[in-house]
Amino acid sequence: MLLLECPYCGVAADETELAAGGEAHLKRETVGSLDAEFEEYLFMRENPRGVHFERWRHAYGCGKWFLAARDTMTLEVFGTYPAQSKKPPKAIENLIKKKRPDWKGWA
Amino acid sequence: MKRYSAFAIAREAARYHTGWERAWAAPEPKPQYDVIVIGAGGHGLATAYYLGKNHGIKNVAIIEKGWLGGGNTGRNTTIIRSNYLQDPSAAIYEKARSLYETMSQDLNYNVMFSPRGLIMLAQTHHEVRGYQRTAYANALQGVKTEFIGPERVKELVPIIDITGPRYPVLGGLYQARGGTARHDAVAWGYARACSDMGMHVLQKTEVTAIRSDAGNVTGVETSRGFIGCKKLSIVVAGHSGHVAEMAGFRLPIESVALQALVSEPIKPCMDVVVMANTVHGYMSQSDKGEMVIGGGTDGYNNYTQRGSFHHIEETVRALIETFPMLSRLKMLRQWGGIVDITGDRSPILSKTPLGNCFINCGWGTGGFKAIPGSGWAMAELVAKGEPGPLAAEFGLDRFRQGRFIDESVAAGVAH
Repeated sequence: MLLLECPYCGVAADETELAAGGEAHLKRETVGSLDAEFEEYLFMRENPRGVHFERWRHAYGCGKWFLAARDTMTLEVFGTYPAQSKKPPKAIENLIKKKRPDWKGWA
Repeated sequence: MKRYSAFAIAREAARYHTGWERAWAAPEPKPQYDVIVIGAGGHGLATAYYLGKNHGIKNVAIIEKGWLGGGNTGRNTTIIRSNYLQDPSAAIYEKARSLYETMSQDLNYNVMFSPRGLIMLAQTHHEVRGYQRTAYANALQGVKTEFIGPERVKELVPIIDITGPRYPVLGGLYQARGGTARHDAVAWGYARACSDMGMHVLQKTEVTAIRSDAGNVTGVETSRGFIGCKKLSIVVAGHSGHVAEMAGFRLPIESVALQALVSEPIKPCMDVVVMANTVHGYMSQSDKGEMVIGGGTDGYNNYTQRGSFHHIEETVRALIETFPMLSRLKMLRQWGGIVDITGDRSPILSKTPLGNCFINCGWGTGGFKAIPGSGWAMAELVAKGEPGPLAAEFGLDRFRQGRFIDESVAAGVAH
């Protein structure tokens, strides 16, 4: 069972308490954006085999959205961080680099 | 290739079964092929088969990193149906279903197609309306389905509880010629037929890079060296994003695990396929007597071929509600497959940014039933360089154009 620690309330919640929200750090498009940009935002996904940054909601807990870094091949969790982050915290990035030397970087 | 027949069995019985030959060859790769198909699952093998049969292209290699049919082809719940709402879906799935009818004869390989009938239960008034609409749509599409009442459901499936505690059965969408087939046999039958046409099925050969020059693929690097090709067809389901990245383009796909499980074998008790989409479980009985059960996908991206335990609980709970007699049944095996899900829950059969490279993916949770139709349409696309009528609507460009084939709303779940 996947366990993620909610960065807001501190609860180590298992996946039945959480709702997955898909890829994180998407660039949101709006009025005036091109069709290709909307396609990118709405449909195109990294879908990596390995390190994945994603959105989760502590749905049956404090209700907050947060972000997580996780390996899609092993389900190893590298850490969770607040939803307002523009990019993963340095500590998580360093941890991933240490554990996955061939990781190509977060962006 | 020696044909399988009743006579062949008698002949071999008389000589201690010493005369059977290997069903398909295990050749060394040639330096160059006309077409390389990446992925020897059902869809990849069917693509190769129809390239040879319909278009006369037989200098073909089907490259597989694992073993033949070891991915989703060997992991699904073997359901075959074509009761889709949208016209392009109905067309390709009905083509597939109709090809299943004669597949054993075409391939000279018993795929055990069993058109035992399939019911999608309507357990809310919304579902009743939805399936009545689908039945009308199917009538216009030439797909034979009908909406039946709860009494008829009970008649067809005596073990069902139509007065269920939460969701009584209000009716169902019945496709009498839907059913099941032996999933492994579909892959094996196609592989044997491809091998017989002189094609190379290269197992345990992993593609590690795709080489291109001036916007055209020249070949693939593999664990057995470089193999050149004039055309490349990517048919790798859950790992499509990974292979597309090698080719340098992105896909509107997310990969998640979908699980299935089988019970201990019991005496025949249900001779139709039943899908209960509101409570979310589907079930049929295999020829061995096992109840074959499927449910929902994991909510988050992963490639583990394992799946989350709580989904099993949800699926089994749903089925016990609908079929109370299952409550004492022991489950024997559980497994997962990696399904490639698109934004509109419809597949992609498309040209790509590389001129001679084509992709077939995005079948998500419902690929097995589509295998022959998918291969038929993909072969036409690869052979001619342009999609035929079956594949035309399934291009990658539909996501940019907003031209969706929206089965995520139409089929809801379990599709």
